[in-house]
Amino acid sequence: MKRFLGFVKKEFLHIFRDYRTLIILFGIPVAQILIFGFAVSTEIKNAGIAFLDLSHDEITQKLTNKIVSSDFFRKTEDLLSYNDIDRAFKKGMTKAVIVYERDLGSKLMKEGKASVSIITDGSEPNVATLITNYTFAIINDFNRDMNRTAGNNSILIQPEVKMLYNPELKSHFMFVPGVITLILILICALMTSVTITREKEFGTMEVLLVSPLKPIQIILGKVAPYFLLSFLNVIVILVMSWLVFGLPVKGSLALLLVLTMLYILMSLSLGILISTVSKTMQQAMFISFIGLMLPTILLSGFIYPIENMPKIYDYVSMIVPPRYFIIIIKSIMIKGTGILFIWKETLILLLMTALFIGVSVRKFKVRLQ
Amino acid sequence: MPEKVITVQHLMKKFGGFIANDDLNFDVYKGEIFGFLGANGAGKTTAIRILSGLSRPTSGEVIVAGYDANKKPEMIKRNIGYMCQKFSLYEDLTVRENIILYGGIYGMKLAVIKNRVHDLLERLNFEEYENRIIADLPLGLRQKLAFAVAVLHEPKIVFLDEPTGGVDPITRRQFWEMIYETAAGGITVFVTTHYMDEAEYCDRISIMNEGKIVALDTPAELKRKYNAETVEEVFIKIARPVAPHTPLKGG
Repeated sequence: MKRFLGFVKKEFLHIFRDYRTLIILFGIPVAQILIFGFAVSTEIKNAGIAFLDLSHDEITQKLTNKIVSSDFFRKTEDLLSYNDIDRAFKKGMTKAVIVYERDLGSKLMKEGKASVSIITDGSEPNVATLITNYTFAIINDFNRDMNRTAGNNSILIQPEVKMLYNPELKSHFMFVPGVITLILILICALMTSVTITREKEFGTMEVLLVSPLKPIQIILGKVAPYFLLSFLNVIVILVMSWLVFGLPVKGSLALLLVLTMLYILMSLSLGILISTVSKTMQQAMFISFIGLMLPTILLSGFIYPIENMPKIYDYVSMIVPPRYFIIIIKSIMIKGTGILFIWKETLILLLMTALFIGVSVRKFKVRLQ
Repeated sequence: MPEKVITVQHLMKKFGGFIANDDLNFDVYKGEIFGFLGANGAGKTTAIRILSGLSRPTSGEVIVAGYDANKKPEMIKRNIGYMCQKFSLYEDLTVRENIILYGGIYGMKLAVIKNRVHDLLERLNFEEYENRIIADLPLGLRQKLAFAVAVLHEPKIVFLDEPTGGVDPITRRQFWEMIYETAAGGITVFVTTHYMDEAEYCDRISIMNEGKIVALDTPAELKRKYNAETVEEVFIKIARPVAPHTPLKGG
C-alpha cells in the first residue's frame, strides 16, 4: 500500500508540475462555463418588438407606448394579422411580437381582465426568456398604474407567453450537461492514455514493470489522481452553473454524483484501452481527439439532437458512450427523474466499462509476455 | 567457490515458431561484473526480461537471487535493480523526488531513504542538484544518478541494459568507476553494452549469437582462445551479422 501511495503522489506531482495539464484539467471547463455564461448576455437593450393590435383602443395604445418608451425595446413594425407574425420573425429584426386581443379595452372594462400574448423567438432561448421577463414586468407595472388611476383593484391584463420554434427552450440549459459529458471523457480518456503512453515512450514503464509494483497497482496509481481531479471538476462545473445560471440539479444529487463516477470510470478504462493500443503520446492524443471528442460533440446529442439525425448516424451513435451519459445527466439535472427511467443507460455504461477493462487487461498481459 | 546469484540451465524462450533464447546455460557469481554481449537481435533483451522477472521462460530453469523465475518472479523483482538504455528517471520531478519515489516503490522506509539520499548525493557530488528537476541536468549526470537510484535499495543484482548509450567518454569512465565500486560492495552487475572497450572491464563476458551463447569466459581468456588483440576482434570473429529476415527487434 505504501508503495502504491508513493506512486500516486508522483502522479500528482506530474500533474501539478505541468501547467499545460492543469490548464486542460481546470482551465477549459471553467472557460467553457464562463464563455457560455457571459456570451449569453443577461441584459437587453433595444430589442426589436412588433405589435399586432387587433383592438386599437386607448389602453392598447398606452401599453404599446409604455413598452416602446422603455430602453429595452424598440418597435420594428405594426402587424395586420396573425399571418404576419412568422414573416416578421423571419426578417430577423423582431425578437418578440405582442398581440392584443380583439376588443381588449372594452373587455377589460366589462370583465375586469383581458389578455396580452407575448410571442417570442425560441431559437434564441436566452433572449426569449429575458424579453418575456421584461414585458411581464412592464405589464404588471401598467396594471398597477391603471388600478391606481381607476381607483379599484379589479382590472388586470394577463400576459400569456408563447414560444415559437423551440417551445421547450431546449438549448438553454443543455450545454451544462453537454460540457460535463465532453470534459469528463476528454480529461479522463485523453489524460490517462497520454500519461500511460508517456511512461512507455520515455522508457520509465519498463523500470516500473521490473519493480515490485504490480501492473494493476501501476494502472490504478496512474488513474487514481485523474479520478479524483475529474470528480472535483464536475463539482466545480455544477457549482459554477448554479451560480452563473441558477441551474439547479432537479433530481437526486447523490444519484447524479454516483452515475458521474461510473461515467468517469468508463472514460478512464477507455483511456487505458487507448494507451494499450498506442505506442506514442501523439498517437494516443490523436485517437482520443478524433475518436472521442468529435463523436462526443457530433453524435452524442450534445449539440445536434439524435432524433433529427438520419437513421444511420443514430445507429453509429449507439457505440458512443457519451450518448448514454448525456441522457442520464439531462434526466437527472433538468427533468429530475430517478434511476427507474435511466437504468438502461446506466447498465450500458456498466457493460462498456467492463468491456474496456477486460480488453485492456488482455492487451496488457500480451505485452508482458 | 563464490556464491551463485544467477543460475540458468537449458533456458528456452520461444515466440510462436521463433526461438529467441536457445538452450542458455550459465552462472553468475556474487560481486561479479558480468558482460552480456551480442549483436542486435541476438536475444539479449529477451534473456534480460526473463532474468528480471518480466517474462517467463518457455522451458528450463532460471534462478535469480535465490528465486525461481517461473514460480516467484515477484520475489526476483524485489531483489534486483534495473536500469535500461532509455532514460529511467522522471524528468519533471526533482532529483530528491525521484530518489524518494523509487525508494518507496522498493519498499524502503522514508527515514532510511532520506538518509541514503544525503549519502548518495554527497558521494556523487550532487548536493547542489537535490531540488533541481531532472530535465535541467546534463545527460551524464542523469545516467550516473539513474544508476545510483537503481542500486539504492541494495539489490543482490543490478541489470544494466546498455547504460552508457549516448554518454561522453569521460562520463562513461566515471560510470564504470561506479560499477566497480558497486561490485566491490557485493552487488552483482549484469551489464549489456555495444562498446567493446567496456567489455574489457568486465570480469567475465558472454557473447550471444542467434539465440545461443557462443562464448563465455574472461576477456583475457577469450582473446587468447580466439587469438585476438581485443574483445572487439573476438566479437567480430564470433558474432556473424544477424540474417535480415530475423523478426525480433532489440538486442
